[in-house]
Amino acid sequence: MKPPPFSYHDPRTVGEAVGLLGSLEDAKLLAGGQSLMPMLNFRFVQPDHIIDLNRVEGLSYIREAGNALEIGAMTRQRDLEFSDVARARWPIMHEALLQVGHRQTRNRGTIGGSLCHLDPSAELVSLATGYDATVTVAGPNGQREVRFADFPVAYMTPAIELNELVTAVRFPQWAQKHGYAFVEFARRHGDFAITSAAVLLEGDGAGKITRASVTIGGMGTAPSRAREVEQAVIGQVPAGNLFREACESCRKLEAIDDVHAPASYRQHLATVMSRRALEKAYARLTGSEAGQARPH
Amino acid sequence: MGETRKIALTVNGKRYEEEVEVRVTLADFVRHQLGLTGTHLGCEHGVCGACTILLDGLSARSCLMLAVQADGHDILTVEGIAPSADELHPLQQAFHENHGLQCGFCTPGMLTTLIEFLRDNPDPTEQEVRIAISGNLCRCTGYQNIVISALDAAKRLRGAATKPA
Repeated sequence: MKPPPFSYHDPRTVGEAVGLLGSLEDAKLLAGGQSLMPMLNFRFVQPDHIIDLNRVEGLSYIREAGNALEIGAMTRQRDLEFSDVARARWPIMHEALLQVGHRQTRNRGTIGGSLCHLDPSAELVSLATGYDATVTVAGPNGQREVRFADFPVAYMTPAIELNELVTAVRFPQWAQKHGYAFVEFARRHGDFAITSAAVLLEGDGAGKITRASVTIGGMGTAPSRAREVEQAVIGQVPAGNLFREACESCRKLEAIDDVHAPASYRQHLATVMSRRALEKAYARLTGSEAGQARPH
Repeated sequence: MGETRKIALTVNGKRYEEEVEVRVTLADFVRHQLGLTGTHLGCEHGVCGACTILLDGLSARSCLMLAVQADGHDILTVEGIAPSADELHPLQQAFHENHGLQCGFCTPGMLTTLIEFLRDNPDPTEQEVRIAISGNLCRCTGYQNIVISALDAAKRLRGAATKPA
Protein backbone atom coordinates (compact mmCIF):
# COMPACT_ATOMS: atom_id res chain seq x y z
CA MET A 1 0.00 0.00 0.00
CA LYS A 2 1.47 3.33 -1.08
CA PRO A 3 -0.07 6.78 -1.20
CA PRO A 4 -0.98 7.86 -4.75
CA PRO A 5 1.14 10.58 -6.38
CA PHE A 6 0.45 14.15 -5.25
CA SER A 7 2.16 17.51 -5.05
CA TYR A 8 3.42 18.39 -1.60
CA HIS A 9 3.23 21.84 -0.02
CA ASP A 10 4.48 22.82 3.42
CA PRO A 11 3.45 26.41 4.17
CA ARG A 12 4.96 28.28 7.14
CA THR A 13 2.04 30.58 7.97
CA VAL A 14 -1.75 30.33 8.17
CA GLY A 15 -1.92 32.98 5.43
CA GLU A 16 0.20 30.86 3.10
CA ALA A 17 -1.93 27.80 3.85
CA VAL A 18 -5.15 29.70 3.11
CA GLY A 19 -3.57 31.05 -0.09
CA LEU A 20 -2.70 27.52 -1.21
CA LEU A 21 -6.20 26.26 -0.39
CA GLY A 22 -7.65 29.05 -2.53
CA SER A 23 -5.37 28.50 -5.51
CA LEU A 24 -5.04 24.71 -5.68
CA GLU A 25 -7.69 22.37 -7.01
CA ASP A 26 -8.38 19.18 -5.07
CA ALA A 27 -6.12 19.81 -2.08
CA LYS A 28 -6.21 18.03 1.29
CA LEU A 29 -4.86 19.39 4.56
CA LEU A 30 -2.48 17.08 6.42
CA ALA A 31 -2.42 17.56 10.20
CA GLY A 32 -1.22 14.71 12.45
CA GLY A 33 -1.85 12.15 9.73
CA GLN A 34 -3.46 9.54 11.94
CA SER A 35 -6.60 9.42 9.78
CA LEU A 36 -5.57 10.94 6.45
CA MET A 37 -2.41 8.84 6.06
CA PRO A 38 -4.29 5.50 6.31
CA MET A 39 -6.83 6.87 3.81
CA LEU A 40 -3.97 7.78 1.46
CA ASN A 41 -2.28 4.41 1.95
CA PHE A 42 -5.56 2.68 1.09
CA ARG A 43 -6.12 5.22 -1.72
CA PHE A 44 -9.57 5.96 -0.33
CA VAL A 45 -8.58 9.55 -1.13
CA GLN A 46 -6.39 10.56 -4.05
CA PRO A 47 -5.91 14.31 -3.81
CA ASP A 48 -3.79 16.20 -6.35
CA HIS A 49 -2.23 18.27 -3.57
CA ILE A 50 -1.28 17.72 0.06
CA ILE A 51 -0.91 20.85 2.19
CA ASP A 52 1.08 19.82 5.25
CA LEU A 53 0.30 21.99 8.30
CA ASN A 54 3.11 20.59 10.45
CA ARG A 55 5.47 23.47 9.71
CA VAL A 56 2.91 26.26 10.10
CA GLU A 57 3.97 28.56 12.94
CA GLY A 58 1.73 29.39 15.87
CA LEU A 59 -0.86 26.63 15.66
CA SER A 60 0.38 24.57 18.61
CA TYR A 61 -0.46 26.00 22.04
CA ILE A 62 -2.65 25.46 25.10
CA ARG A 63 -3.63 28.54 27.08
CA GLU A 64 -6.35 29.92 29.31
CA ALA A 65 -8.16 32.72 27.51
CA GLY A 66 -10.81 34.41 29.60
CA ASN A 67 -12.93 31.63 31.03
CA ALA A 68 -11.97 29.17 28.34
CA LEU A 69 -9.19 26.78 27.40
CA GLU A 70 -7.91 27.76 23.97
CA ILE A 71 -6.09 25.07 22.03
CA GLY A 72 -4.25 25.59 18.76
CA ALA A 73 -5.46 23.28 16.01
CA MET A 74 -2.06 21.60 15.55
CA THR A 75 -1.63 20.85 19.26
CA ARG A 76 -0.77 17.18 19.61
CA GLN A 77 -3.13 15.00 21.63
CA ARG A 78 -0.06 14.12 23.69
CA ASP A 79 0.47 17.75 24.72
CA LEU A 80 -3.15 17.99 25.81
CA GLU A 81 -2.84 14.73 27.74
CA PHE A 82 0.14 16.08 29.70
CA SER A 83 -1.10 19.67 30.06
CA ASP A 84 -1.30 20.78 33.72
CA VAL A 85 -3.64 23.63 32.78
CA ALA A 86 -6.06 21.28 31.05
CA ARG A 87 -5.87 18.72 33.81
CA ALA A 88 -6.59 21.25 36.56
CA ARG A 89 -9.75 22.81 35.13
CA TRP A 90 -10.80 20.53 32.24
CA PRO A 91 -10.05 17.12 33.82
CA ILE A 92 -12.43 15.19 31.54
CA MET A 93 -9.95 15.80 28.71
CA HIS A 94 -7.30 13.65 30.33
CA GLU A 95 -9.80 10.87 30.99
CA ALA A 96 -11.04 11.00 27.39
CA LEU A 97 -7.58 11.26 25.84
CA LEU A 98 -6.38 8.08 27.52
CA GLN A 99 -9.02 6.36 25.39
CA VAL A 100 -7.91 8.05 22.14
CA GLY A 101 -5.79 5.54 20.23
CA HIS A 102 -2.39 4.75 21.73
CA ARG A 103 0.75 6.56 22.83
CA GLN A 104 2.17 6.30 19.29
CA THR A 105 -0.91 7.88 17.70
CA ARG A 106 -1.41 10.56 20.39
CA ASN A 107 2.21 11.67 19.89
CA ARG A 108 1.27 12.69 16.34
CA GLY A 109 -2.51 13.15 16.28
CA THR A 110 -3.81 16.71 16.68
CA ILE A 111 -6.99 18.15 18.13
CA GLY A 112 -7.76 20.09 14.95
CA GLY A 113 -7.29 16.99 12.84
CA SER A 114 -9.62 14.97 15.02
CA LEU A 115 -12.33 17.64 15.04
CA CYS A 116 -12.18 18.10 11.24
CA HIS A 117 -12.08 14.38 10.51
CA LEU A 118 -15.26 14.35 12.64
CA ASP A 119 -15.59 10.64 13.25
CA PRO A 120 -18.90 10.16 15.11
CA SER A 121 -17.13 8.01 17.70
CA ALA A 122 -14.14 10.31 18.27
CA GLU A 123 -13.65 11.24 21.91
CA LEU A 124 -12.47 14.80 21.21
CA VAL A 125 -15.51 15.45 19.01
CA SER A 126 -17.74 14.34 21.89
CA LEU A 127 -15.94 16.71 24.28
CA ALA A 128 -16.33 19.64 21.89
CA THR A 129 -20.04 18.82 21.67
CA GLY A 130 -20.44 18.47 25.44
CA TYR A 131 -18.63 21.75 26.17
CA ASP A 132 -20.36 23.74 23.39
CA ALA A 133 -16.85 24.53 22.16
CA THR A 134 -16.17 27.31 19.66
CA VAL A 135 -14.04 26.64 16.60
CA THR A 136 -11.96 29.40 15.01
CA VAL A 137 -11.77 29.11 11.25
CA ALA A 138 -9.37 31.09 9.02
CA GLY A 139 -10.17 31.85 5.39
CA PRO A 140 -9.46 34.39 2.66
CA ASN A 141 -11.62 37.00 4.42
CA GLY A 142 -10.01 36.56 7.83
CA GLN A 143 -11.29 34.63 10.80
CA ARG A 144 -14.74 33.52 11.82
CA GLU A 145 -16.06 31.50 14.72
CA VAL A 146 -18.32 28.49 14.55
CA ARG A 147 -20.25 27.10 17.51
CA PHE A 148 -19.57 23.40 17.73
CA ALA A 149 -23.32 22.69 17.68
CA ASP A 150 -23.24 24.01 14.09
CA PHE A 151 -19.92 22.37 13.17
CA PRO A 152 -21.06 18.95 11.91
CA VAL A 153 -23.22 19.41 8.81
CA ALA A 154 -23.32 15.76 7.75
CA TYR A 155 -21.52 12.48 8.40
CA MET A 156 -17.81 13.34 8.82
CA THR A 157 -18.40 16.73 7.20
CA PRO A 158 -17.49 19.89 9.14
CA ALA A 159 -18.93 23.34 8.42
CA ILE A 160 -15.76 24.69 6.84
CA GLU A 161 -15.36 25.78 3.26
CA LEU A 162 -12.78 24.34 0.87
CA ASN A 163 -10.65 27.49 1.22
CA GLU A 164 -10.76 27.54 5.02
CA LEU A 165 -8.92 25.79 7.83
CA VAL A 166 -9.46 25.42 11.57
CA THR A 167 -6.86 27.30 13.62
CA ALA A 168 -8.09 26.89 17.20
CA VAL A 169 -10.84 25.61 19.46
CA ARG A 170 -12.06 27.03 22.76
CA PHE A 171 -13.58 24.97 25.59
CA PRO A 172 -15.52 27.07 28.14
CA GLN A 173 -14.78 26.49 31.79
CA TRP A 174 -17.14 24.78 34.22
CA ALA A 175 -17.23 25.55 37.95
CA GLN A 176 -13.99 24.85 39.83
CA LYS A 177 -15.80 22.00 41.55
CA HIS A 178 -17.66 20.04 38.92
CA GLY A 179 -18.27 16.40 38.21
CA TYR A 180 -17.04 14.78 35.02
CA ALA A 181 -16.72 11.38 33.42
CA PHE A 182 -15.91 9.94 30.02
CA VAL A 183 -17.05 6.35 29.64
CA GLU A 184 -16.98 4.29 26.47
CA PHE A 185 -17.41 0.79 25.17
CA ALA A 186 -14.88 -0.34 22.56
CA ARG A 187 -13.95 -3.85 21.50
CA ARG A 188 -10.23 -3.27 22.14
CA HIS A 189 -8.36 -0.69 24.18
CA GLY A 190 -7.68 2.35 22.01
CA ASP A 191 -10.26 1.54 19.34
CA PHE A 192 -12.91 4.04 18.39
CA ALA A 193 -15.83 3.58 20.77
CA ILE A 194 -18.94 1.78 19.58
CA THR A 195 -20.83 4.08 21.96
CA SER A 196 -19.54 6.61 24.48
CA ALA A 197 -20.91 9.03 27.06
CA ALA A 198 -19.32 12.27 28.22
CA VAL A 199 -20.87 13.91 31.29
CA LEU A 200 -20.28 17.24 33.05
CA LEU A 201 -22.21 18.18 36.19
CA GLU A 202 -22.43 21.21 38.47
CA GLY A 203 -24.17 21.18 41.85
CA ASP A 204 -25.44 23.47 44.60
CA GLY A 205 -23.09 22.02 47.21
CA ALA A 206 -25.93 20.20 48.93
CA GLY A 207 -26.25 17.34 46.46
CA LYS A 208 -28.61 18.94 43.95
CA ILE A 209 -27.55 18.94 40.29
CA THR A 210 -27.84 22.46 38.89
CA ARG A 211 -26.27 22.03 35.47
CA ALA A 212 -25.67 19.00 33.27
CA SER A 213 -24.13 18.17 29.91
CA VAL A 214 -24.60 14.62 28.61
CA THR A 215 -23.13 13.74 25.19
CA ILE A 216 -23.55 10.43 23.45
CA GLY A 217 -20.97 9.49 20.81
CA GLY A 218 -20.93 6.75 18.20
CA MET A 219 -24.70 6.72 17.72
CA GLY A 220 -25.67 9.00 14.89
CA THR A 221 -23.77 10.89 12.21
CA ALA A 222 -22.09 12.99 14.91
CA PRO A 223 -22.05 12.96 18.73
CA SER A 224 -25.11 14.66 20.17
CA ARG A 225 -26.40 15.95 23.47
CA ALA A 226 -28.93 13.76 25.27
CA ARG A 227 -31.17 16.71 26.20
CA GLU A 228 -33.87 14.56 27.77
CA VAL A 229 -31.34 13.02 30.14
CA GLU A 230 -29.95 16.46 31.02
CA GLN A 231 -33.44 17.80 31.77
CA ALA A 232 -34.31 14.76 33.86
CA VAL A 233 -31.37 15.22 36.23
CA ILE A 234 -31.15 19.03 36.52
CA GLY A 235 -32.78 20.22 39.74
CA GLN A 236 -32.64 16.74 41.26
CA VAL A 237 -30.84 15.27 44.23
CA PRO A 238 -30.07 11.83 42.77
CA ALA A 239 -31.63 8.98 44.70
CA GLY A 240 -32.97 5.55 43.90
CA ASN A 241 -33.23 4.91 40.19
CA LEU A 242 -33.02 8.53 39.02
CA PHE A 243 -30.04 8.01 36.71
CA ARG A 244 -31.24 4.64 35.45
CA GLU A 245 -34.66 6.01 34.58
CA ALA A 246 -33.29 9.25 33.12
CA CYS A 247 -30.97 7.32 30.80
CA GLU A 248 -33.76 5.16 29.39
CA SER A 249 -34.57 8.04 27.01
CA CYS A 250 -31.31 7.24 25.17
CA ARG A 251 -33.15 4.33 23.56
CA LYS A 252 -35.02 6.90 21.47
CA LEU A 253 -31.85 8.48 20.08
CA GLU A 254 -31.13 7.89 16.44
CA ALA A 255 -28.45 5.26 15.91
CA ILE A 256 -26.61 3.80 12.95
CA ASP A 257 -26.55 0.14 11.97
CA ASP A 258 -23.18 -1.07 10.77
CA VAL A 259 -20.72 -3.95 10.81
CA HIS A 260 -19.71 -3.15 14.41
CA ALA A 261 -23.17 -3.16 15.97
CA PRO A 262 -26.88 -2.90 15.16
CA ALA A 263 -28.72 0.30 16.10
CA SER A 264 -30.66 -1.36 18.91
CA TYR A 265 -27.40 -2.46 20.55
CA ARG A 266 -25.97 1.05 20.35
CA GLN A 267 -29.16 2.43 21.90
CA HIS A 268 -28.86 -0.07 24.73
CA LEU A 269 -25.18 0.82 25.20
CA ALA A 270 -26.12 4.50 25.32
CA THR A 271 -28.38 3.89 28.31
CA VAL A 272 -25.61 1.98 30.10
CA MET A 273 -22.72 4.31 29.21
CA SER A 274 -24.68 7.45 30.14
CA ARG A 275 -25.77 5.96 33.48
CA ARG A 276 -22.24 4.90 34.37
CA ALA A 277 -20.88 8.30 33.37
CA LEU A 278 -23.54 10.11 35.42
CA GLU A 279 -22.79 7.97 38.47
CA LYS A 280 -19.06 8.54 38.16
CA ALA A 281 -19.44 12.27 37.52
CA TYR A 282 -21.85 12.69 40.43
CA ALA A 283 -19.51 10.83 42.78
CA ARG A 284 -16.75 13.22 41.76
CA LEU A 285 -19.01 16.25 42.14
CA THR A 286 -19.99 15.33 45.67
CA GLY A 287 -16.60 13.93 46.64
CA SER A 288 -17.97 10.47 47.40
CA GLU A 289 -16.31 7.71 45.50
CA ALA A 290 -19.07 5.30 46.52
CA GLY A 291 -20.94 5.96 43.31
CA GLN A 292 -18.05 4.47 41.37
CA ALA A 293 -18.17 1.23 43.29
CA ARG A 294 -21.84 0.59 42.67
CA PRO A 295 -22.52 -2.53 40.65
CA HIS A 296 -23.48 -1.86 37.04
CA MET B 1 9.15 8.84 -10.20
CA GLY B 2 6.83 11.63 -9.11
CA GLU B 3 7.63 14.87 -7.34
CA THR B 4 10.75 14.66 -5.17
CA ARG B 5 12.39 16.70 -2.42
CA LYS B 6 15.79 16.79 -0.87
CA ILE B 7 15.72 16.05 2.86
CA ALA B 8 18.36 15.97 5.59
CA LEU B 9 17.79 13.99 8.75
CA THR B 10 19.55 11.96 11.42
CA VAL B 11 18.80 8.26 11.72
CA ASN B 12 20.37 6.31 14.59
CA GLY B 13 22.92 9.08 15.07
CA LYS B 14 23.97 9.10 11.41
CA ARG B 15 23.33 12.09 9.16
CA TYR B 16 21.64 11.43 5.82
CA GLU B 17 20.92 13.76 2.89
CA GLU B 18 18.59 12.09 0.44
CA GLU B 19 16.37 12.85 -2.51
CA VAL B 20 12.98 11.36 -1.73
CA GLU B 21 9.68 11.03 -3.56
CA VAL B 22 7.16 13.16 -1.61
CA ARG B 23 4.54 10.43 -1.44
CA VAL B 24 6.89 7.88 0.16
CA THR B 25 6.14 7.02 3.78
CA LEU B 26 8.87 7.29 6.39
CA ALA B 27 8.64 3.51 6.84
CA ASP B 28 9.33 2.77 3.17
CA PHE B 29 12.08 5.40 3.15
CA VAL B 30 14.04 3.85 6.02
CA ARG B 31 13.55 0.34 4.65
CA HIS B 32 14.08 0.80 0.92
CA GLN B 33 16.19 3.92 0.61
CA LEU B 34 18.33 3.63 3.74
CA GLY B 35 18.30 -0.19 3.80
CA LEU B 36 17.26 -0.29 7.46
CA THR B 37 14.89 -3.23 7.16
CA GLY B 38 14.61 -3.78 10.90
CA THR B 39 11.52 -1.55 10.86
CA HIS B 40 8.69 -3.88 9.86
CA LEU B 41 5.52 -3.10 7.98
CA GLY B 42 2.47 -5.12 8.96
CA CYS B 43 -0.78 -3.33 8.25
CA GLU B 44 0.43 -0.06 6.67
CA HIS B 45 -2.52 1.82 8.11
CA GLY B 46 -1.55 2.50 11.70
CA VAL B 47 -3.08 -0.44 13.51
CA CYS B 48 -0.36 -3.06 14.11
CA GLY B 49 2.47 -0.92 15.53
CA ALA B 50 5.25 -2.98 13.88
CA CYS B 51 6.66 0.11 12.13
CA THR B 52 6.98 2.19 15.34
CA ILE B 53 10.05 4.45 15.35
CA LEU B 54 11.05 7.30 17.66
CA LEU B 55 10.78 10.78 16.17
CA ASP B 56 12.77 13.23 18.30
CA GLY B 57 12.44 10.70 21.12
CA LEU B 58 8.69 10.16 20.81
CA SER B 59 7.13 7.02 19.36
CA ALA B 60 5.30 7.31 16.06
CA ARG B 61 3.96 4.98 13.43
CA SER B 62 6.31 5.42 10.50
CA CYS B 63 3.66 4.19 8.04
CA LEU B 64 1.56 7.25 8.98
CA MET B 65 4.27 9.81 8.20
CA LEU B 66 5.76 10.97 4.96
CA ALA B 67 9.53 10.85 4.67
CA VAL B 68 9.53 14.57 3.73
CA GLN B 69 7.98 15.31 7.12
CA ALA B 70 11.09 13.89 8.81
CA ASP B 71 13.29 16.58 7.21
CA GLY B 72 15.37 18.15 9.98
CA HIS B 73 14.31 15.57 12.58
CA ASP B 74 16.06 12.86 14.57
CA ILE B 75 14.89 9.27 14.04
CA LEU B 76 15.65 6.15 16.05
CA THR B 77 14.89 2.75 14.53
CA VAL B 78 15.37 -0.68 16.08
CA GLU B 79 18.88 -0.80 14.55
CA GLY B 80 19.88 2.13 16.75
CA ILE B 81 18.87 0.65 20.11
CA ALA B 82 21.88 -1.56 20.89
CA PRO B 83 24.98 0.24 22.25
CA SER B 84 27.30 -1.62 19.83
CA ALA B 85 27.35 -4.35 17.20
CA ASP B 86 28.13 -7.07 19.74
CA GLU B 87 26.22 -5.85 22.78
CA LEU B 88 22.45 -5.87 23.28
CA HIS B 89 20.48 -3.11 24.99
CA PRO B 90 19.12 -4.31 28.39
CA LEU B 91 15.62 -4.32 26.87
CA GLN B 92 16.79 -6.56 24.02
CA GLN B 93 18.65 -8.79 26.48
CA ALA B 94 15.47 -9.13 28.55
CA PHE B 95 13.46 -10.12 25.44
CA HIS B 96 16.19 -12.65 24.55
CA GLU B 97 16.25 -14.27 27.98
CA ASN B 98 12.48 -14.30 28.61
CA HIS B 99 11.40 -15.64 25.21
CA GLY B 100 9.87 -12.24 24.47
CA LEU B 101 9.66 -13.04 20.78
CA GLN B 102 8.79 -16.00 18.64
CA CYS B 103 8.61 -15.05 14.96
CA GLY B 104 10.03 -11.59 15.69
CA PHE B 105 7.79 -9.63 13.37
CA CYS B 106 6.31 -7.36 16.03
CA THR B 107 9.59 -7.08 17.97
CA PRO B 108 10.98 -3.87 16.40
CA GLY B 109 7.77 -2.04 17.26
CA MET B 110 7.61 -3.56 20.73
CA LEU B 111 11.20 -2.49 21.45
CA THR B 112 10.87 1.09 20.19
CA THR B 113 7.55 1.50 22.01
CA LEU B 114 9.04 0.16 25.25
CA ILE B 115 12.22 2.27 24.97
CA GLU B 116 10.02 5.38 25.17
CA PHE B 117 7.71 3.88 27.79
CA LEU B 118 10.45 2.73 30.20
CA ARG B 119 12.21 6.07 29.84
CA ASP B 120 9.01 7.86 30.93
CA ASN B 121 7.93 5.24 33.45
CA PRO B 122 10.96 3.34 34.84
CA ASP B 123 8.97 1.34 37.42
CA PRO B 124 5.71 0.33 35.73
CA THR B 125 3.02 -2.05 36.87
CA GLU B 126 2.06 -5.02 34.72
CA GLN B 127 -1.19 -3.24 33.81
CA GLU B 128 0.73 -0.15 32.68
CA VAL B 129 2.95 -2.31 30.46
CA ARG B 130 -0.11 -3.94 28.92
CA ILE B 131 -1.62 -0.53 28.13
CA ALA B 132 1.73 0.70 26.75
CA ILE B 133 1.87 -2.14 24.20
CA SER B 134 -1.87 -2.09 23.45
CA GLY B 135 -1.09 -0.47 20.10
CA ASN B 136 1.31 -3.25 19.08
CA LEU B 137 -0.11 -6.49 17.74
CA CYS B 138 1.70 -9.79 18.35
CA ARG B 139 0.21 -12.94 16.84
CA CYS B 140 2.61 -15.49 18.41
CA THR B 141 3.19 -15.21 22.11
CA GLY B 142 -0.08 -13.98 23.49
CA TYR B 143 1.87 -11.09 25.00
CA GLN B 144 2.67 -12.89 28.26
CA ASN B 145 6.41 -13.15 27.67
CA ILE B 146 6.56 -9.67 26.16
CA VAL B 147 5.09 -8.26 29.37
CA ILE B 148 7.52 -10.35 31.45
CA SER B 149 10.41 -9.10 29.29
CA ALA B 150 9.33 -5.48 29.70
CA LEU B 151 9.08 -5.78 33.48
CA ASP B 152 12.46 -7.55 33.60
CA ALA B 153 14.00 -4.84 31.41
CA ALA B 154 12.61 -2.17 33.73
CA LYS B 155 14.34 -3.88 36.63
CA ARG B 156 17.63 -4.16 34.69
CA LEU B 157 17.49 -0.51 33.61
CA ARG B 158 16.75 0.68 37.16
CA GLY B 159 19.69 -1.40 38.38
CA ALA B 160 21.96 0.12 35.73
CA ALA B 161 20.81 3.61 36.68
CA THR B 162 21.60 3.17 40.38
CA LYS B 163 24.91 1.31 39.88
CA PRO B 164 27.89 3.45 40.94
CA ALA B 165 29.89 4.64 37.97
